[in-house]
Amino acid sequence: MAFLARRHSVLPGFGPTLGFSFLYLSLVVLIPLSLLFFRSADLGWGGFWNVITSPRVVAACRLSFGAAFAGAAVNAVCGLVVAWTLVRYRFPGQRLLDAVIDLPFALPTAVSGIALTTLYAPTGWLGRPLDAIGLKGAFSPLGVTIALTFIGLPFVVRTLQPALEDLDLDQEEAAAVLGASRWRTLRRIVLPAITPALLTGFALAFARGLGEYGSVVFISGNMPMRTEIAPLLIVAKLEQYDYAGAAAIAVLLLVASFLLLLTINLLQRWSGRRHMRGA
Amino acid sequence: MGITVEHISKTYGNFTALRDVSLEIRSGQLTALLGPSGSGKTTLLRIIAGLEIPDPGSGAIRFSREDMADRRVQERRVGFVFQHYALFRHLTVFENVAFGLRVRPRADRPSRKEIAERVHTLLDLVQLDGMAERYPSQLSGGQRQRVALARALAVEPKVLLLDEPFGALDARVRKQLRAWLRHLHQEIRVTSVFVTHDQDEALEVADHVVIMNEGRIEQEGTPESVFHQPATEFVMNFLGDVNVFHARVEDGKISFASLRLDAPGHADSADAPARVFVRPHELDLAREPGPAPSLPATVLTVHAAGPTVRLQLRTPLGETLVAVITQARFRDLDVKCGDQVHVAPRDLHVFLPPPDRAM
Repeated sequence: MAFLARRHSVLPGFGPTLGFSFLYLSLVVLIPLSLLFFRSADLGWGGFWNVITSPRVVAACRLSFGAAFAGAAVNAVCGLVVAWTLVRYRFPGQRLLDAVIDLPFALPTAVSGIALTTLYAPTGWLGRPLDAIGLKGAFSPLGVTIALTFIGLPFVVRTLQPALEDLDLDQEEAAAVLGASRWRTLRRIVLPAITPALLTGFALAFARGLGEYGSVVFISGNMPMRTEIAPLLIVAKLEQYDYAGAAAIAVLLLVASFLLLLTINLLQRWSGRRHMRGA
Repeated sequence: MGITVEHISKTYGNFTALRDVSLEIRSGQLTALLGPSGSGKTTLLRIIAGLEIPDPGSGAIRFSREDMADRRVQERRVGFVFQHYALFRHLTVFENVAFGLRVRPRADRPSRKEIAERVHTLLDLVQLDGMAERYPSQLSGGQRQRVALARALAVEPKVLLLDEPFGALDARVRKQLRAWLRHLHQEIRVTSVFVTHDQDEALEVADHVVIMNEGRIEQEGTPESVFHQPATEFVMNFLGDVNVFHARVEDGKISFASLRLDAPGHADSADAPARVFVRPHELDLAREPGPAPSLPATVLTVHAAGPTVRLQLRTPLGETLVAVITQARFRDLDVKCGDQVHVAPRDLHVFLPPPDRAM
């Protein structure tokens, strides 16, 4: 492949760039990650199985996946509205609002964690009204979801913005002339066009949510079996010098999230190809 | 169904797209809105469709006699063909055409079977029946344009509006589609309006041509009448190549260069500066001065590759003229670059400057 590309291309570069990419990815991503597999292999299959099926690990993983999924889902919907507003309309303060989107990227996660905890604690501004209707903001799975929603928002908005800017206004007008209501136009014409970007944004927010540590540990309260997330459990195992156990959980997280991202990627390819190349 | 445009104005910020435009579009006709870019022709088309709202306080758009002011675009029952087709990229050709039927409220939505029949009839009409399952990206430009047309016709529009329908196509396909649109219109007879900046297209396809400039209507009429009796300098210029002379009207005669001729339509005009327009094909060339008044000129260039021969000439006063003659006449004349010829205008159009604009 590399050989063919080199021979036939007027603008060479495939060989060296592919080589570099492999080397770089190996150094930065693959070698560190493969060490995880080696470490967890110390346990043997039985040991590995025991670690990942222990109730505490299962509960932590369930919370991590569940909250990351819920946060990404909330962002997919709300982030879409925000991105739409920013792309389609001109209003005073737009630049400011656009800049605010990036704050979750920029803030040290511990700072956002403490801020969210203060806000959602039973005595906080938002925690008190939530408490009044019987919901616990901080120190609950809901708190974890809130933190992950906060962290994931820029991923969804920033991936959707270019897709929305590329949308062809003519198509929406064509649908309107043909008698379609606004709602119908959005559902039948706009949504299919931005689905690939929406899925990417969702996948990025979800992946980030799974690995998020700093902003969650404060608001979750870290109660084993209830509000303990998987990354925290890893840290806890490391602190007890249980490196193999920590690596085993990490491998589980890694494989699960890799499979999920792969699925989303395939979905995206499929929905993209349907109209690019046809049936 | 006829369309009446009554005193419509439209401004965008401090740009005026339409200035108090009134127009009558007769039922069943194919009307062309012709003008350069920025003349307001597309804006007018979009206002008729309901895609733009005219300035508050300006006039009305009526379909038959009914005021459309509070009819939303969805309710106007117009077919609109966009310049870049605006096909739904994620839907097949079939689904694109069926869209307008599928989105109807359940009460007047045709059954699946009726929709399928209707779509296939339309695809047949636009000669694309084998393409129903393709996606727009798999079609050529001309095919996409025909899908767009079938989609617009599917809702049985009372009016068909086309925005630069052939603008994005290459010259050959353009010509084919032009003839085909003319033919299609004779078959379906729906009141149609199309926007174009190409005068050949407008003159060839339309029953009625409306020439627009700077947000106003300059002239309207049949293709023959606007071509042969242009009402303004703009129309004269826009509808084809012209030779322009600075001239004076005196005692019902027009004098320019070394010529003094009867001024058609200006027999009673007061003495005034004027401009004379002559189309290149209305210049007669001869080796020797004939009975008709003529100008001496030198041949600068000869362009003979084509159905006609195009010559560039220079008068002794330094004016450059363009003449177009037939191949047969060119063979008879047997002229080369540098030869002397005599040029006699067969037909000329004289325009006096408007009183508020001195020349």
